[in-house]
Amino acid sequence: MAKPKDVTDSDFEQVVLKADKPVLVDFWAPWCGPCRMVAPVVEELADDYAGKVEFVKLNTDDNPDTAVKYGIRSIPTLLVFKEGESVGQIVGFRPKSDLAARLDAVL
Amino acid sequence: MTNDSDYDIAIIGAGPAGLAAGLYAARARRKTLLLEREVTGGQIALTSTVENYPGIDEANGFELGQQMQRQAEKYGLQVALTDVTALDQREDGLYSVQTKDGVYTAKSVIYTGGADYNKLGVPGEADFIGKGVSYCATCDAAFFQDQVCAVVGGGDAALDEGLFVTRYASKVYVIHRRDELRASRILQERAFANAKMEFVWDTVVTAIEGAAAVERLSLQNVKTGAASSLDVAAIFIFIGLSPNTGLLDGLVKMDAGRHVYVNEWMETEVPGLYAAGDVRVNSARQVVTAAGDGATAAIRADHYITDAFGA
Repeated sequence: MAKPKDVTDSDFEQVVLKADKPVLVDFWAPWCGPCRMVAPVVEELADDYAGKVEFVKLNTDDNPDTAVKYGIRSIPTLLVFKEGESVGQIVGFRPKSDLAARLDAVL
Repeated sequence: MTNDSDYDIAIIGAGPAGLAAGLYAARARRKTLLLEREVTGGQIALTSTVENYPGIDEANGFELGQQMQRQAEKYGLQVALTDVTALDQREDGLYSVQTKDGVYTAKSVIYTGGADYNKLGVPGEADFIGKGVSYCATCDAAFFQDQVCAVVGGGDAALDEGLFVTRYASKVYVIHRRDELRASRILQERAFANAKMEFVWDTVVTAIEGAAAVERLSLQNVKTGAASSLDVAAIFIFIGLSPNTGLLDGLVKMDAGRHVYVNEWMETEVPGLYAAGDVRVNSARQVVTAAGDGATAAIRADHYITDAFGA
């Protein structure tokens, strides 16, 4: 199973904004219970969308600058980036079929 | 012939009632499926601390829910994360449980759909979800370090979550439409003793305002009618709960608050259909009572299947 890799404040621009494919960013923190429910669903999506979408995660405790920049005030939040722009946002846990539908809508 | 989508018992909703029902059903060696649309644990998954479940001195709510699930899965409970879209009883007595990911059949159904927090229904609320409007302090409070926040409500959830917010926020206003609290005494004592908490009595929120995120609330005093404004970065809303019983429309009788009528065995008037936890009439709405309801329903469902289906 594809484990989304960690991005940080310092490599966010390179990995996410300058990516040549759409990127889904999972904003999470260790203290957030529902984030731990989202993680395995995101891993499954990463398999389903392999080659089409990159999947990464960002720890909001360790990387506050990026969280602040994108106005993250609730986690789990998933943001989808295309060509450096945020094109979709999902706040809170949703089942995989919902997430896939939301992802398809912005691709 | 049975196949993978045929179950003895289907449980709808994985809060404490559903998880306890799952544990008992699995230990009765019934092939059991637990369906959940969001997070295992139900309301407690979003609760920072559970400290009134007997035998558990203190537990993180999410962890307690996960632990209940692992315990039930150890005995064979199957869990699927999906939305249930329809529930019907067929002519042969089996229930058809339709979900977004397929149709299941079950000889008995235990409905433990739980309850959701009510929305305020004021302008700005929907626009600012995830931008300062929150129904989960444990998820979101950390984003408001050293900022001023508000909590709306006067029950256990409002005070419990409000106390959690004080770990981060510089100040927490508790806005309540009455001049006394409904919350348990021990939570009231803690709240009144907390220097960061300030109570705004007899007051309702009439609007949530801001540019990109929440900046201020419009308030109205319900006794004097006086309007005022309060600058906050976040508003946490805990103004009561409504049972998730839409799926049972047309199947069972409900009271005016849409709670399902059951007897002391959690039986609805429909054979083989049980309702337990926050969805039933006269629920005490506690983790321990919900778990008790779920266990009762599963024990009865086990007997029902033996009687009705002979195995």
